[in-house]
Amino acid sequence: MREITLSKAVNEAIAEEMRRDPTIILMGEDVAEAGTPFKVLSGLVEEFGPERILDTPISEPGFTGIAVGAAMTGMRPIVDLMFGDFLFLVMDQLCNQAAKTHYMSGGKLSVPMVLRTNMGATRRSAAQHSQSLHALVAHIPGLKVAMPSSAYEAKGLLKTAIRDNNPVVIFEDKLMYQDKAGVPEEEYLIPFGEAKVLREGRDITFVATSSMRQVAEKAAETLSAEGIEAEIIDPRTIVPLDEATILASVRKTGRAIVVDEGHQSFGVTAEIAARIAEKAFYYLDAPVGRMGAMDVPVPFSPALEDLTVPTPERLAERARATLRGEPVHAA
Amino acid sequence: MSLSETAAPARPENAATYLRLYRQMAKIRAFEDNANELYLSGKMPGLTHMYSGQEAVAVGICEALTKDDKITSTHRGHGHCVAKGAEFKEMFCELLGKAEGYCRGKGGSMHIADQDNGNLGANAIVGGSAGIATGAALAAKRLGTQGVSVCFFGDGALGQGLLYEVMNMAALWKLPVIYACENNLYGEYTKVEEMAAGALAARAKAFGIETHEVDGQDVLAVNRLAEDLVERARKGEGPFFVVLHTYRYHGHHVGDINRTYYRSKEEEADWKANRDPITNFGKWLVAEKIATPEELGQLGEDVAREAKAAVDYALAAPYPPADEVDMHVYVAA
Ligand SMILES: Cc1ncc(C[n+]2csc(CCOP(=O)(O)OP(=O)(O)O)c2C)c(N)n1
Ligand SMILES: [Mg+2]
Repeated sequence: MREITLSKAVNEAIAEEMRRDPTIILMGEDVAEAGTPFKVLSGLVEEFGPERILDTPISEPGFTGIAVGAAMTGMRPIVDLMFGDFLFLVMDQLCNQAAKTHYMSGGKLSVPMVLRTNMGATRRSAAQHSQSLHALVAHIPGLKVAMPSSAYEAKGLLKTAIRDNNPVVIFEDKLMYQDKAGVPEEEYLIPFGEAKVLREGRDITFVATSSMRQVAEKAAETLSAEGIEAEIIDPRTIVPLDEATILASVRKTGRAIVVDEGHQSFGVTAEIAARIAEKAFYYLDAPVGRMGAMDVPVPFSPALEDLTVPTPERLAERARATLRGEPVHAA
Repeated sequence: MSLSETAAPARPENAATYLRLYRQMAKIRAFEDNANELYLSGKMPGLTHMYSGQEAVAVGICEALTKDDKITSTHRGHGHCVAKGAEFKEMFCELLGKAEGYCRGKGGSMHIADQDNGNLGANAIVGGSAGIATGAALAAKRLGTQGVSVCFFGDGALGQGLLYEVMNMAALWKLPVIYACENNLYGEYTKVEEMAAGALAARAKAFGIETHEVDGQDVLAVNRLAEDLVERARKGEGPFFVVLHTYRYHGHHVGDINRTYYRSKEEEADWKANRDPITNFGKWLVAEKIATPEELGQLGEDVAREAKAAVDYALAAPYPPADEVDMHVYVAA
């Protein structure tokens, strides 16, 4: 299979869908000629023209709101939000408007839009350009949330998101844009709510979202050399969440650590750990572990920033401690 | 038109002020040359946005402020920081994420702040400081400090709704705030006329705010206007809105090297050759016999040496210790 970057995978997904469906438009800052600061959308304006690839002013709440209205009246807009951190600017349009419209209208109106944005620290971009805010939107009923962990997932999930009749927020890890993975030439979609077992193992389950997949895979390799076999589950979408696959794995291994790059408190690790504790408690041999980003704003200094995110070393150590039956201390 | 033609004759009693304006601009240019070099040589973590070309704006305005007056700055904030009185050493330490930086390495280039000199901080959210500057003006008014605040922002920030909300309140409440819109013709990779419909200044006029436009490459013109507006703001005649026409020499950020797809090399060369705020002001100083070319050359060398020494210091300085990572999330007491 050919290998392409995550950036290219996103670009292909949008181009294929736009060719198929003329109601799809894309809006955001510097998305046309510039192709975004990450160059993810290069070439789209050349193919689809400025009527469908709309460069906006730096007006995030404005163009997100415009997308909501256009989605309610026959278009399928894709909003490009340059940094996930700017979600805080668009929260009203996304959470009070897009998320609730279908419900509030008794099912009569719908908002088929996609908001693409990013997440991920360690790029030395400091506290307002490094956050992983997916838990905030996952908290709001009415929004679906996808978190691709490779180029393959990025393409398949985005195509599904574009065809979904609900507002979908998709988080790409900005440090993974140049990472390559096998992506088939033929068309494929990845259904929402279907986790993927990335690695089978008998001793412990790692539930890992987005780039934490790479952390889990490295930790699992290290552990394997020591005779510990970790199973890795990538939920792929956190709303809807494929509980069944996660629970089946934990029932087999009896131990689990959930790894996610959002802040650890009140986030994805807490939600998934709670579901495991609620629904697989009697299969557990140890408390469910959690590793999220430290509960601090992301510091600029490399000396500090690297301490705030889960690493393969810390995950492996945490897994060993879990297997030794040691009590778990908050990370 | 060059500055030496438009400016009124120099007033010898102002010689020290003129030289200070020149020196402050030269300091910013030297700081940015070194910051750019740190990026190009791979010694600086992350990216940074250069202020080179816009020096007359920050210096002309900040020289009209007292140390206690407040400013809020932007992602392109090194110039504002220097102009408000910051030291090179602490600034370079911050850019490199070192413990002795103004923010102990936690903020970096895009969040550099200098509380002691009234710089409430750079901001990585476009338009994000409009509320902060206006709030500082409200506080100055309520506390009776006579303080004035200046909100620096780029043309791109005119897209942000927050700005209009706070300008409306500033006008209703007659707050001592000056909105300084640095129109450098581009927001990232897009021309201002593709982002802002209508006239820039008309936005503030709609709120009944007195507005001005000034050549942002002419430090004397900027400074004269700023002195007047700051004094009037102190007397309760604010708010004011100023559009400063200027230009950034580098890319949007240091990594934006191939940029001919959005602006031409000829345009860049023209601004640098004919409208450089430092060169033109230097010519005027010489023509008006305030300084000799040798003196200006010497000043430039001094400033460059100072910047280089600060860079060397910052490169050798230690990173913050690991236990600072969860310090400062909450105020201790
Ligand atoms: C709310 C928000 N949207 C987008 C960005 C990304 N961004 C950073 S700088 C910039 C352009 C700003 O243009 P302008 O205000 O004119 O300032 P300049 O860079 O020209 O100094 C953009 C879009 C951001 N930092 N914050
Ligand atoms: Mg600009």
